[in-house]
Amino acid sequence: MVVPPDAELVARLRARDEATFALLLDEWSGGMTRLARTFVSTDASAAEVVQETWLAVIQGIDRFEQRSSVKTWVYRILTNIAKRRSVREHRITPMTSLTDAGPTVAPDRFQQQGEPYPGHWREFPEAWQPEKFAMAAEIHTELAAALAELPERQRAVITLRDVEGCTATEVCELLEISAANQRVLLHRARAFVRGKLEEYFRRAGS
Amino acid sequence: MTDLHCAEFVEMVTAFLDGALDPAAERRFVDHLALCDGCDAYLHQIRATVQTLGDLPPGDLPPETRATLLEAFRKLG
Ligand SMILES: [Zn+2]
Repeated sequence: MVVPPDAELVARLRARDEATFALLLDEWSGGMTRLARTFVSTDASAAEVVQETWLAVIQGIDRFEQRSSVKTWVYRILTNIAKRRSVREHRITPMTSLTDAGPTVAPDRFQQQGEPYPGHWREFPEAWQPEKFAMAAEIHTELAAALAELPERQRAVITLRDVEGCTATEVCELLEISAANQRVLLHRARAFVRGKLEEYFRRAGS
Repeated sequence: MTDLHCAEFVEMVTAFLDGALDPAAERRFVDHLALCDGCDAYLHQIRATVQTLGDLPPGDLPPETRATLLEAFRKLG
């Protein structure tokens, strides 16, 4: 069973179709937990945020005006709950972080002044063949660890964009950031995770 | 080699993938890509990273939470 298009989804939820609600729980809760975890400090707290969000969705579905997609609406509820809780947990979200500036690829990967081609690769990045990704479980562990190391806002953006597949516009709305800011955060996060994968493949000795 | 440096190219990748480069910048980016195997590999690596992130398996809802929520939905009337 797949999640139906929005109009039908809302109609079914309003008709109290339990199978559809169960499907949504199973399809979306994983991503919601991941997103919640970028705001709050423990897994238990993230699980509570997800539960609280679903309860708000149940209470609100009859009043939902469909000005956004259902998923955006649900994610927005989640972000609000998670942010409130992160304030209670005294987590500070710095508006800028050191790692929001500067090159995303180590400068020593490129030739310096005095070398034949300043600014160009010293050694080309390796072409990643698909078979590199065969150890999916190990790679997923690496990725999860890399995401956990990211500054909070970068983690929220890359989680929404690349893990959850939200659009740039949705992410800007959810996190209340500008398009330019969204792109910078995503760019830095992707470059960091790419670097971690590169390290992993090197360690794995290919 | 074109006038775009690899060190600049790598900082434009996300804007390129989002279609957010202005036409002139996009032309420089694509021209460089056509000539530079290193940047071609880098762009592929970023695409592979994004795709692999999209394959991350979601965590499951704890069964008790799932049961509680289904119960709440049922009670909604
Ligand atoms: Zn290049």
